[in-house]
Amino acid sequence: MNEPISFFSGFGPKDLWYLAQAAWQTLLISVLSISAGTVMGIFFGWILSESKVVGSITIGFVLDAFRSVPLIIQLVLFYNLFNVIGLAVSPFTAGVIILGVYTSALVANVARGGIESVGKPMRRAGRSLGLSYFQTMRHVVWPIGLRAVFPSWVGVALGVLKDSALVSVLGHPELLKVARDLITRTQQPLLVLAVAGAFYFALSFPISRYAAHLERKWQS
Amino acid sequence: MIEIKELHKYFGDLHVLKGIDLNVEKGEVLSIIGASGSGKSTLLYCINGLEAIQKGEVKVDGVSVHAKETNLNKLRTKMGMVFQQWNSFPHLTALENVALAPRIVKGRSKAESREIARAQLEHVGLNDKIDVYPSALSGGQQQRLAIARALAMEPEYMLFDEATSALDPELVGEVLDTMRLLAEEGMTMICVTHEMGFARDVSDRVAYFHEGVMEEIGPPDQIFNNQKSERTAKFLANVR
Ligand SMILES: Nc1ncnc2c1ncn2[C@@H]1O[C@H](COP(=O)(O)OP(=O)(O)OP(=O)(O)O)[C@@H](O)[C@H]1O
Ligand SMILES: [Mg+2]
Repeated sequence: MNEPISFFSGFGPKDLWYLAQAAWQTLLISVLSISAGTVMGIFFGWILSESKVVGSITIGFVLDAFRSVPLIIQLVLFYNLFNVIGLAVSPFTAGVIILGVYTSALVANVARGGIESVGKPMRRAGRSLGLSYFQTMRHVVWPIGLRAVFPSWVGVALGVLKDSALVSVLGHPELLKVARDLITRTQQPLLVLAVAGAFYFALSFPISRYAAHLERKWQS
Repeated sequence: MIEIKELHKYFGDLHVLKGIDLNVEKGEVLSIIGASGSGKSTLLYCINGLEAIQKGEVKVDGVSVHAKETNLNKLRTKMGMVFQQWNSFPHLTALENVALAPRIVKGRSKAESREIARAQLEHVGLNDKIDVYPSALSGGQQQRLAIARALAMEPEYMLFDEATSALDPELVGEVLDTMRLLAEEGMTMICVTHEMGFARDVSDRVAYFHEGVMEEIGPPDQIFNNQKSERTAKFLANVR
């Protein structure tokens, strides 16, 4: 173990531990914002599918804005806005909120497509059994429609996991931020970025595998 | 008893049902025949409140279907409906398809509703398909599943909207047999159908619909052999 130390003069095992902790932060930010964003997004998507006119001129417009303005601008803008209006939120909280809203805008579109793919005959079959409107939604329309667009949702979720790197601009020690700091200190950008990239992969891979497993299960 | 009085239904400017008067007694099997677009499906949808009406009244066991104070969800549990497109719930197994409404609507326990479902699947001859998803069932089996699903609510009336029209010819028989079985058990049934053999053999009465009007109604022998209306005769001459 003596000889390689001169080679890895900057990057030691301790730095690996820093990166692991940062990966944990990335995971936390992603899981929280994806969960909250998904719940909100399904709700918005449902409203959009129910009332095309009212929905699209109100929340449809707002969601379009969140979808089209670059996330990095949203993060900086709202983080500063929060502070200006006296809401002292940490970079972490701000990141989760903004990333969550951004996710909900993406999920809303996906969810609407899925909900609309369940046609009138299927809904009527539910209602004819005595199910109420909400029971039909909960037990028939949502499960069928949302499963149909599950692959797109996985795409959104993996995208958000990567986009969470942008929270680094607020200074929260997630993967990208810590990686950059380490690069400055160690001057070993290739190694540090490779390790950080491996962490992103390690976070995404189980998700996409599990998703593929679910898809296969639902297809049968 | 189902009582329909002076029923008018419009879709926008389109006058689809033009004053229908019809009573269906408990235990009766009524078949409805008629050309495409004559309003047969719409009548069924009006009976269980899936469509609003513009004039007249529909009563089921004395309860007015379209009155504001009527609890439609409760009333619908009295009327099972089977559609041309069987609409199995694809995310649920055969058993779960049938058990869903008893559990959700009637508040039966999980075990009870599964028991009900098992019994109804056996009723329609699907006892070997309990844990199968609909995608692995043939059209005829899915239609029988839809019948079992409706029966699980223990309805007093069954409405069939061309239950066999979307099926491959070789699968029609098994669904008609299931419908025959229900008729023999004394179920009150209104069957919109293009199956003239079924209408003749199983029905107590047959109604012929023409452009939103009930042109003629009577026992099968009258409708198929001694029509009072020329239009009925002409329609039947063409479908044969
Ligand atoms: N939701 C709707 N909106 C507008 N028009 C409708 C709607 N549903 C049915 N119609 C029209 O009402 C008329 C009667 O339709 P209905 O489905 O009751 O006919 P049908 O006798 O069942 O015909 P088929 O044998 O083709 O099923 C048709 O002209 C149809 O186009
Ligand atoms: Mg029809």
